[in-house]
Amino acid sequence: MMRRLWITLTYIVFGLLLIAPLIKIFTGSWAEGWNGFIEGITRPQSLHALMMTGIIVVVVTVLNTVFGIMLAMYLVRAEWIGRRIKRLLNSLVDLPFAVSPVIGGLMIVLMLGPNTIIGTMFEDAGIKIVYALPGMILATLFVTFPLMVREVMPVLQEIGAQQEEAASTLGAYSWYTFWKVTWPSIRWGVIYGVVLTVARSLGEFGAVLVVSGNIMNKTQTATTLVYQDVENFNVVAANGVALVLAAFSVGLLLLMEWAKKRKEVH
Amino acid sequence: MNALFRGKGWSFGFRSAIMLYFIILIVLPIVGIYTQSFSLGWTPFWESISDPLAWKAVLLTVKLAVIATLLNVFLGTMIGWVLIRYRFPGRRFLNSLVDLPFALPTAVGGLMILLLLGPNSFVGGLAEKIGIEIVFHEPAIIVAMLFVTFPFVIRAIQPLLEEMDKSEEEAAYTLGASRAKTFFSVIFPTMLPGILSGAMLAFSRGIAEFGAVVLVAGNIPGKTLIASVYIFGEIESSNPQGAAAVSVMLLTLSFLILWTVNLIQGRRGGQ
Repeated sequence: MMRRLWITLTYIVFGLLLIAPLIKIFTGSWAEGWNGFIEGITRPQSLHALMMTGIIVVVVTVLNTVFGIMLAMYLVRAEWIGRRIKRLLNSLVDLPFAVSPVIGGLMIVLMLGPNTIIGTMFEDAGIKIVYALPGMILATLFVTFPLMVREVMPVLQEIGAQQEEAASTLGAYSWYTFWKVTWPSIRWGVIYGVVLTVARSLGEFGAVLVVSGNIMNKTQTATTLVYQDVENFNVVAANGVALVLAAFSVGLLLLMEWAKKRKEVH
Repeated sequence: MNALFRGKGWSFGFRSAIMLYFIILIVLPIVGIYTQSFSLGWTPFWESISDPLAWKAVLLTVKLAVIATLLNVFLGTMIGWVLIRYRFPGRRFLNSLVDLPFALPTAVGGLMILLLLGPNSFVGGLAEKIGIEIVFHEPAIIVAMLFVTFPFVIRAIQPLLEEMDKSEEEAAYTLGASRAKTFFSVIFPTMLPGILSGAMLAFSRGIAEFGAVVLVAGNIPGKTLIASVYIFGEIESSNPQGAAAVSVMLLTLSFLILWTVNLIQGRRGGQ
């Protein structure tokens, strides 16, 4: 009896909180038929916004993956960092989780904005950071920073350094050791981290909104376009772009499940 | 690791690059925001945070995040339990669906809530007839916070339930304890650290949330304007110092929470 009740309640919560909204976004974007949807996503600003999001996702994922793996290795293995400092750095990694995205964006504006020393220096050199792509990439890097480190670190801790040391004692080159010994064990953690990074950078909104200035056809991303469309009461168009994003997220969710399963096996 | 970076020049270059990246990207901005908010001294800082609209926004945020967190604790404990302990059709599907709010852009989440509960929707119309206003009022903000923080408690208690020794529970039954008694004296204590750390993560995410809330809140100063939206407004109206001052309040709160979570998890790991 109780069992029935709990399962039914669970279904109700899922239905109301997750499934109904998801269905609504699918039906909502067809509210004006196929044409309304196509018009919504083929507007020049939609295509530009999706392109911006694409660029940010690719650049951020590559940088975050490379630096995330390296930093995780240092934080677990490096002997040249003292224990105390290692622990301090380790707790600093999580900071972006505690920072509101809007505040993350504000930090970048305060440091690199047009009125700051560094900002003017770059501007003199002809590089714009805030209200341009570099700032948006920085903002997204900030919010996605912990994801890769936190996936790779536990795996490295678990496997220990013995095999790597053995390989290097036997005279293997460093890259060879990495690819043959370390990589196979951290591989699924890295893939899971990549999926998380892609999902987060695809959906980042607050930090990017502050840093980009949300200029149409210039610094607008898919999420900030959805925001602008809603503010302009253009809900059907907003729906179209949102549906594209939602479809990607559901795809990523499936990938996440798959990677999680593989991670558990290995 | 030493093997990986044996070349001396390489090794030094690598180390410096990674550490610089870390410090410039994470540490420097956070130091920067604290210095910026005090850049004009104590008095302007104090004026910024004692602006009634500012502290009302912070109080409102904390209040609504507490409500959303409490709801999450109830729902999350129940769902985490059901998904681990019962076998029923659709269980695996629901279990993967838990992470949806993490995968979905928060702005899309906000739009969904707006469409589902807005004035032209079925639910919104129904609520309006009874005299409850959802969208552009507090309930919508709570729903938005609940949506984005949904996975935290569930994901925090699931591993604990999986690890749990079933024999303890069986022993309790054998000794004649009722179901409720067993739950509260055996199962619940096992889940408690997970519930606490999940709740704190949910709370700190709740007070930081922007994307989902900004679309549904209506953002009326002093009424439905939450802290992160207030900060955004201050930035838009070119008052970075005021934005930084309120940010410092929020950040300090979040850091305290994060630190507490680490403490709880550290103690668990130590045992």
